[in-house]
Amino acid sequence: MTRFRYMRRAMQQAICLGVGLYVCADGRAQSDAVPSFKSVDSIEARVQGCVTCHGQSGQGTNNGYFPRIAGKPAGYLYNQLVAFRDGTRRYAPMNYLVAYLPDPYLKEIAQHFAKQRPPFAGKETATADDATLKRGAALAQAGDPARGVPACIACHGSGLTGMEPGIPGLVGLRPTYIVAQLTRWRVGERHAAEPDCMKRVATRLSEPDITAVAAWLSQQPAPRDPSPESANLVRMPFACGSQR
Amino acid sequence: MKLVLRLLLVVAVLTLIGIVGVMWWHPGALPESRKAEATNATTQIINRGEYLARAGDCVACHTVANGPEFAGGRAMPTPFGALYVPNITPDDETGIGKWTADDFYRMMHKGVSKDGTLLYPAMPFASYTKVTRADSDAIYAYLMAVPPVRQQNRPHELKFPFNNRDLLIGWRTLYFKEGEFVPDRKQSTEWNRGAYLVQGLGHCAMCHTAINALGGSSESKAFEGGMIPNQNWYAPSLTSNREAGLGNWDIKDIADLLQVGVSHRGTTYGPMAEVVYNSLQYLTDEDVKAMAVYLKALPQRDSEPAPTSQARLVDPGVMETGRRIYAAQCAVCHGDEGKGYPPAFPPLAGNQSITMSSPVNSIRMVLNGGYAPGTKKNPRPHGMPPFSHILDDAEVAAVVTYIRVAWDNRGTPVAPAQANELRRLLPE
Repeated sequence: MTRFRYMRRAMQQAICLGVGLYVCADGRAQSDAVPSFKSVDSIEARVQGCVTCHGQSGQGTNNGYFPRIAGKPAGYLYNQLVAFRDGTRRYAPMNYLVAYLPDPYLKEIAQHFAKQRPPFAGKETATADDATLKRGAALAQAGDPARGVPACIACHGSGLTGMEPGIPGLVGLRPTYIVAQLTRWRVGERHAAEPDCMKRVATRLSEPDITAVAAWLSQQPAPRDPSPESANLVRMPFACGSQR
Repeated sequence: MKLVLRLLLVVAVLTLIGIVGVMWWHPGALPESRKAEATNATTQIINRGEYLARAGDCVACHTVANGPEFAGGRAMPTPFGALYVPNITPDDETGIGKWTADDFYRMMHKGVSKDGTLLYPAMPFASYTKVTRADSDAIYAYLMAVPPVRQQNRPHELKFPFNNRDLLIGWRTLYFKEGEFVPDRKQSTEWNRGAYLVQGLGHCAMCHTAINALGGSSESKAFEGGMIPNQNWYAPSLTSNREAGLGNWDIKDIADLLQVGVSHRGTTYGPMAEVVYNSLQYLTDEDVKAMAVYLKALPQRDSEPAPTSQARLVDPGVMETGRRIYAAQCAVCHGDEGKGYPPAFPPLAGNQSITMSSPVNSIRMVLNGGYAPGTKKNPRPHGMPPFSHILDDAEVAAVVTYIRVAWDNRGTPVAPAQANELRRLLPE
């Protein structure tokens, strides 16, 4: 079976070379979302249920709404899987998929994707104007002290790669996803463990703030070290239930 | 001398460490801690009640997601409006704390609440009526022993005229036959145990017998399959070899499907995955085998004739599209010949769940994917990803058509409109 897969991939690459770069790039992005694994009795085979949206290694796919999950702290990913299963985080396709999966298995899936270090996709072309990007940069790096908004980097790591055990990395996330999540937090649709620090942040942000910070984040280059920061190297501005 | 003593002491200590180490690493080498002496009668009844409550899957309906067990409140959408499942914890004010074993048996057996109101048939009393008095008493004892939760029942939101419980008198005349399970002396003890569980606590007929416009299921059509109202899944016939009829299945595969959630013939998904997860995985091997024996022996009958060769004709263009998608997206797990890698990835060739007349489940699986339930015997199930964002309606229809007719499968083609209709429904 494995050999077939390699042959298939080799043929695909051959066709790519023949037809030209455009098809080649497109072909590769697509194949990341296509089921593939080496051994049936492996965690790679078991997480095929994730790949058409999150990519083979959790790197994300063409679709801007589905987030990159590779390299996010295992604790964060586990909390999300449990929340999807129990319905405390609502997104019907996810709620449905993990509805009948036990805790230890969700933990294993979380650890699997936390370990992945696939390359980051090229950044999307900026659609925001300079003023917006500047506002986004300010929010991410310095916050807005006048309104009590802490900087993203205060909790999500100086390289925005997240913090163990429960704070996700923000690099590699596309604006559609970030805007949707911040908005859901702001209106009370998304929650985290109490005390819900992200709720405190999101309710202090305006809609233009959200657009700005999402736009700026999507323009950040791939980090040199994509690993999340260790827990509690810094004192966080807000208490977070997910860090306990 | 002192040196010898000291050496002996060192050797003794090392030996001790060694023994403890061996026992630590090989838990079997440790002497078994004596289990509490044969549990007393009350404990035995409560334990049995807990097991039977599992078999009846009480928890699935009487608990809201993440809420306290058995405290009720879960909405049951029905074609007649929403029902809110009651609190069955032993709270005196809001639960069934003041019920007696007699009250509880009357409810199970006759579908009549303690205060005399008639229950809506979302409570499967048409099945539970078969439960013996002793088993009902055990379930009662167990429910009295769970933590009481004070939570007011929420009133039902049924549309007129269904909010009038007097209508239930008519319904009961048509569809309810009271009576405990009567063993068939011509059949084996095992068959009878299986029949008791399937027809009674298992309440399989609630989904696997078609529900008509009045919300009733007719006994003459028992286990012939039907759409599950408001869930948009099709519960296949258990009597037809063209659907989930189990006549040509091995007992082992049937038992695995029920208890493990996966088998060499097929995998559970959707509402059946929930049943396995909440209920069937906890049943003993003997009980699951008994259910398998009974299900396999169900008389085979087809409610409709096999599709004609005319009905099975497929447009060659559609077939080619389907084949191309299958090769690119599906073959990795389900194999070029549709044989799959069972039990991890189910076979599609010769799988009745693919070829049965209703394509609803196959279309939904392609659109939304799905994981088999994580069970004691299969705690790390394999799963299928959603393709709804990758394939359009015509492509979904083409690939489902392909798997329904390829490899000697004798199903019928599917139209893009059918895919579109299911795409618009959220997965449940």
